[in-house]
Amino acid sequence: MSGALSVTARLAWRNLWRNHRRTLVMLLAISIGVWAMIFMSALMRGMTDQMVRNGLHTLPGELQIHNPAYRDDPSVANDMAWPSGALLDALDGPPVVAWAARVRVPAMISSERDSRGVTLLGVDPASERALGSAPTDEEITAGRFLQGPDDDGIVLGAALARKLDTGLGKRVVIMSQDPDNNVADRGMRVVGLFHSRLEGTEERYAWTGREPLQKLLGIGTQVSEIGATAHDYRHTDRWAPSIAAAAGSSLAVETWGELDPYLGSMLRVMDGFSLVFMAVIFTILSFGLVNTLAMAVFERVREIGLMQALGMQPGSIVALVLLESMYLLLLGLVTGNAVAWLSIRPLQSGIDLTAVAEGMEMMGVGTTLYPALSWIDMLFSTAVVVVLGLLASLLPAWRAARLDPVRAINQT
Amino acid sequence: MQAVMCRAVCRTFHQGESLVTGLDHVDLDIAPGEFVCLSGPSGSGKTTLLNAIGALDTPDSGEISVGGQRLDQMSKTQLAQLRLHRIGFVFQAYNLVPVLTARENVEFVMQVQGVPNAERRKVVDEVLAAVGLAGLEDRRPTQLSGGQQQRVAVARAIASKPDLVLADEPTANLDSQSAAQLMALFEELNSERGVTFVIATHDTRVMGYARRVVRLLDGRIVADEAQEPHRMAVE
Repeated sequence: MSGALSVTARLAWRNLWRNHRRTLVMLLAISIGVWAMIFMSALMRGMTDQMVRNGLHTLPGELQIHNPAYRDDPSVANDMAWPSGALLDALDGPPVVAWAARVRVPAMISSERDSRGVTLLGVDPASERALGSAPTDEEITAGRFLQGPDDDGIVLGAALARKLDTGLGKRVVIMSQDPDNNVADRGMRVVGLFHSRLEGTEERYAWTGREPLQKLLGIGTQVSEIGATAHDYRHTDRWAPSIAAAAGSSLAVETWGELDPYLGSMLRVMDGFSLVFMAVIFTILSFGLVNTLAMAVFERVREIGLMQALGMQPGSIVALVLLESMYLLLLGLVTGNAVAWLSIRPLQSGIDLTAVAEGMEMMGVGTTLYPALSWIDMLFSTAVVVVLGLLASLLPAWRAARLDPVRAINQT
Repeated sequence: MQAVMCRAVCRTFHQGESLVTGLDHVDLDIAPGEFVCLSGPSGSGKTTLLNAIGALDTPDSGEISVGGQRLDQMSKTQLAQLRLHRIGFVFQAYNLVPVLTARENVEFVMQVQGVPNAERRKVVDEVLAAVGLAGLEDRRPTQLSGGQQQRVAVARAIASKPDLVLADEPTANLDSQSAAQLMALFEELNSERGVTFVIATHDTRVMGYARRVVRLLDGRIVADEAQEPHRMAVE
C-alpha cells in the first residue's frame, strides 16, 4: 500500500471511532437496512418462486414444443410426432434435466350425477413426475397415481370428484373428439384423487395413461406437446434456442414466459418491486449516512485544513471521507448479511400464512411461504449499499476537499 | 536564488461591507538559511504574508517565488506538492492530528511523500530525540502538554527536511520556559541544518532570536533590520 493511502486508511479507521456512539447508531441503521433488504428479497423470491413453480406445474415445463397450429387450436388434430433424431438428442442432454411428451385434449367427463369440462392429460407418469407436473404421492389423497403410460385408470382432483359426486373405484365416462371430429368416448375407473394447492387445478385436470388415450383418439404414437425443464426457470432463454434449432421450423418451441405472459410479467413486477424496495430503504439510510459524514467533516474542519496545509492533495481528502464511509458500509454489510442469514435459515422450512391463504391463492401462491435466501440477492443488496453509499458520501467528501486551508485552520 | 522573493504583493479582504488591506505592495527577499521574524501588531499583515509565502493563500496581485518557483504559475496540485516537499509549517494552535500519536504525526508528511517505512522510523526517532520528546512517541496529542505538542509540530515540520519553515505565533500558547526551549530549538536547527525560518510573532522575546526582523504595519513593511540575536533565558 502506498504511503499516502496507508495513512489515509489509518486516519479513516480511527476517525470512525472518534464518536463511537454515533458510529454505532449508524452501523445499527445500516445493518437493519441491509437485513431488511435481504429478508424482503428472500420473501419476495420465495413467493415468486412458488408462484412461477405453481404456474410451471400447470403449464407444465419451462419450455414446450408444439405443432405450430396447436396454440390457436388445441385440438387433437394439431398433434406432433414423438421426438426423434436431433430433438431427442437435445432433450436427452444437458441442460435439460427432464422432459415429457403427453396427449392433452379438451374432454367432457361425466359421472352418474353430473358432467364437467376438463383438460384430459394422457401421460407417462414417471416422465411427468420427473418434470414436476404430476401430483406427488403426498398430493394423492385417495387411491394411487398412474403406474405407467399404459395405465387405463383415471386420476381426478378431489374438488372435481366432489362436484361430479363420484369417488374412488367408481366409473366415469370420458368424451372427446378424434382428429376427424368424431366423438370418441370410453369409460374409465377412478383410481386416485389428488389435492392441489390451487383448487382450480383440482377442478381442471384429469390424468390417465398416454397409450389408452392415444388409442381412444386413434392417433397412434402422436402427442400434443412436449414439456421440458432445466430446473432453472430464470434462465430458460439461455437454452431454449438450442432446443428450437434441434426441433426445426416445423415445430414451435416456446418458453414459459411466452406461454404465460402474465406469469412472466409477474416475475418482472416482483423483481422490480424488490429493486424499488431496496432503493427506498437505502434512500432513507443515505440521509443518515450523509448526515453522519457531514457532521464528521464539520467537526474536523480545522484538522482537514491542517492536512491540506501540510500538502495532502484534495484527492486524498476525498479518499479519506470515502474510506470512512466505506468502513461504515462494510461493517454494516457484514453484520446485516450475517443477521439476515441467521434469521432466514430457520424460516426456510416455511412460514404459515393460513390467515391470509385466500388472498395468497389468488396470486398463485400456497398457504405456506418458503423464503428463498439467494446469494445473488445478498450480492445485489451489497452492491446497492456500496455503490449508493459511496455516491451519497461524495457530497461531504467533495465539500471537505474544497475547504480553504487558511479559513479551515482558523475556524473556531 | 532567494529562498523567498515577494514583489509588490497585495491582498485585500472583505469584512462585511468594507474592504480591509491585508498586504499592500510588499517587497521582500529572504536568503537561504536566514532566521527572519515578521513582527507587528495584530492586523498588520504578518499571518497574511506568511500564508501567502506558504502557498496557503493567493494574493490579489504581485509575485511570490519560493525556492525560485513562481507560486502564481502553479496549479493547486503543484502548490500542494510544494508545501509537502519544501515547506514545513508550525501553526499557533491545533497543529496535530488528534487521532495520531506523536510518532504518527511526525511521520505524516513523510508518509504522504511516500518515504519508505524504515527510513521514516529512523528519521522520526532522530527528530523526536532532537526536540526532546524521546520516550513520548506513542502518546496522542491529548496526552501531551502544549509545549510538547508544539515540539511535535516542529519535529514534523523539520522531519521531511524542508528548505523553509514557516511558523505563525509558535509560542503564543506556551509558558515562557516552553517558549524559550522551542526558540532555542529553532535556532539550533537553523544554525546546524541551515533551514530557513520565517516566524510571524509580536512577542519581543521571540524576536530576540532572529538575525533579521521585518516590521509590518497596515499591510506594509515599515522596517527591515538586521540585529544581533539576544535570547531569552532557558530555565
